[in-house]
Amino acid sequence: MLSLKLTGILLKNPLMLAAGIMGTTGGSMKRIAQAGAGALVTKSIGMEPKSGHSNPSMVEVECGYLNAMGLPNPSYKNFQQEIDIAKEGGVPVIASIFGGCALDFSEIAGAIHVDAFELNVSCPHAHGYGAEIGTDPTLVEDITHAVKNTVDVPVWVKLTPNVTNIKSIGLAAQNGGADAVVAINTVRAMAIDIESGYPILGNKFGGLSGRAIKPVAVKCVYDLYEALDIPVIGVGGISDWKDAVEFIMAGAQAVEIGSAIGNNINIFKDISSGMEAFLLRKGWTLEDLYGMAHQI
Amino acid sequence: MKPVNAVITEVVEETPTIRTFFFETSFNPEPGQFVMVWIRGVDEIPMALSYDNAITVQKVGPATSALFELGIGDSIGIRGPLGKGFDIRPGHILLVAGGVGAAPLAPFAEKAKTEGIKITTLLGAKTKEELIFKKRFEKAGDVLIATDDGSEGIHGYVTQLIDNNESYSQIYCCGPEIMMKKVLDKVPSSKSQFSLHRYIKCGIGICGACCVDGLRVCMDGPVFSGDVLKKSEFGIYSRNECGERVKLK
Repeated sequence: MLSLKLTGILLKNPLMLAAGIMGTTGGSMKRIAQAGAGALVTKSIGMEPKSGHSNPSMVEVECGYLNAMGLPNPSYKNFQQEIDIAKEGGVPVIASIFGGCALDFSEIAGAIHVDAFELNVSCPHAHGYGAEIGTDPTLVEDITHAVKNTVDVPVWVKLTPNVTNIKSIGLAAQNGGADAVVAINTVRAMAIDIESGYPILGNKFGGLSGRAIKPVAVKCVYDLYEALDIPVIGVGGISDWKDAVEFIMAGAQAVEIGSAIGNNINIFKDISSGMEAFLLRKGWTLEDLYGMAHQI
Repeated sequence: MKPVNAVITEVVEETPTIRTFFFETSFNPEPGQFVMVWIRGVDEIPMALSYDNAITVQKVGPATSALFELGIGDSIGIRGPLGKGFDIRPGHILLVAGGVGAAPLAPFAEKAKTEGIKITTLLGAKTKEELIFKKRFEKAGDVLIATDDGSEGIHGYVTQLIDNNESYSQIYCCGPEIMMKKVLDKVPSSKSQFSLHRYIKCGIGICGACCVDGLRVCMDGPVFSGDVLKKSEFGIYSRNECGERVKLK
C-alpha cells in the first residue's frame, strides 16, 4: 500500500532514516531497518576521520533540537563494513557524503558501494563544508555533475534552507544531473545559557531540527516541487503520520525522519500504520497524496 | 532539556585521583542513571550520579581536569538524569565494582538495602588508596576487597572474588569494560546487569554516536542485561569520537 519507486529504487514505504541520526554504526542502521524504515541514509561520510565539534553538540530547546555535531565520521576508508552490516536490514542504503570540493565528493562516491548517494551540501556549521558550498549554485552544479560522472547509482542532493531562494539551488542540482533533491537540512540557530552567558553548543551556533522547522520545510518542498522536474524528498520535523502526509501533499515523493527517533525508536512502524489507516479511511492511494496541495 | 545550572556546595577528595562534587540541586535519579556534565567553555561529558545530588569523577582528561579546578560556589551545567538505571530485583544480590565504577553502584546498594534486599559487594581498585565508597557498601551488606597491588583484600582482580555465582538472584556490575566482560563470561547472563561507558554526544538517543551495535548507551542504557550484551560487540571494541572501531585491550 505504501510501496513506491524513488529514483529507480524500490521502497516498501516512503519513510527513510535521515542523515546524521543513528547512522554511524552498521548495527544502529540495521536496527532502524528492522524497526520499519523504508531506506537508510548514513551519517555524512568524508575524506578523513573527523571527531567533530566539542560537546555540547546537541541539546533540546523549547521547540526542537539544536545541534552542531561537526560532521564526526570515521572516513569512507573505514565505512564500507558498516554499510554492509546496515544492508543486512534488507532495505536500500543511501550514503550521505561531504567534501570540500568536487574532487573529494567524487573520490568518496567512487569508493563506496551503496544504492544511492545523498550529497551533503547543507550542513550549517562545518567550516569549509556543507552549506558553505550549498549556498553557491555553481558549486552545487559542479559537485553534482562530478558525482554523477563517477557513479551509476542515483544521486540526491540535500539542500540548506539558509538561502534566500532555495529554488535556485535546487535547479543547480537538477542541472548538474541530480536524480532528486532532499529538503531541508537544519535551520541555522543558537541558544545561550543565561546563567553564564555561554552559547550552549561547543561550536557556539548550530542547526535547528524538530517540530519548529516543519512549516519551513513544507514550504521549501512545496516550492521545489513547482520549480523542478526531479523528485523532492521531504525532511524536517516529521514526528507523526500526519506530518508525513503533509509533506507528501506538499510535493515530497518520500520523507526522511530524524530527531523524532530519539523518543520513539518505533516511529517508522507507527507512521506506516497511521498512513495506511488514513489512506483506507479516505479511499486514497499514496499516489493520490503526492502533490495534492498543488492541484487544489 | 537545556543544561540546568548546578552550583557546587562541597568537594570530597575520595582518593588521590577521584573527587565527589556535591550540588545544591538534587536530580532524583534512579540509581544507574547518568547526567551530561557541561564544564562551560571546555566540554560536556557523561557521568554517573553517585548520590541524588553528586557526581564522582576520576581525573582522566581535559574535561575532568578542568572540573578538578572548580570548587565551592562554582557552577557547571547539568542535563539529566538520563537513560535507564539498574533494575532492582529481590533476593540476595551481588555487586561487582571496579575503580570509579563503584559510583553508580553505591546509591544502588543503599536503595536496595532500604527494600530489605541482601547485598554482597565485591569492590576492586588498583591500590588501597583508590578504593571508593567502602563504608557505604559496608553499611549496605558484606564487602570483599581486591587490589591490584595487594595493599588491601586479595592481591589481584575483583573478578577473582566471584564465587558461587549461581546462588545470587541478580548480579550488578560497573567498571572497566574488560573487567565487565570477564564478569559476563563468569556469571549467568540472564541474571546480570552491566553499566556501560561510551563516548556520548547527544545523550538523548538521537545521534547514535554511543551505539553498541544497535543499542544506544545513552537511551536504551547505560544499564543493559547480560543477555543483550552477550550477542553484541560489548567487550570486543568500542568507538572513538569519529565513530571508528577501537579494539578493547
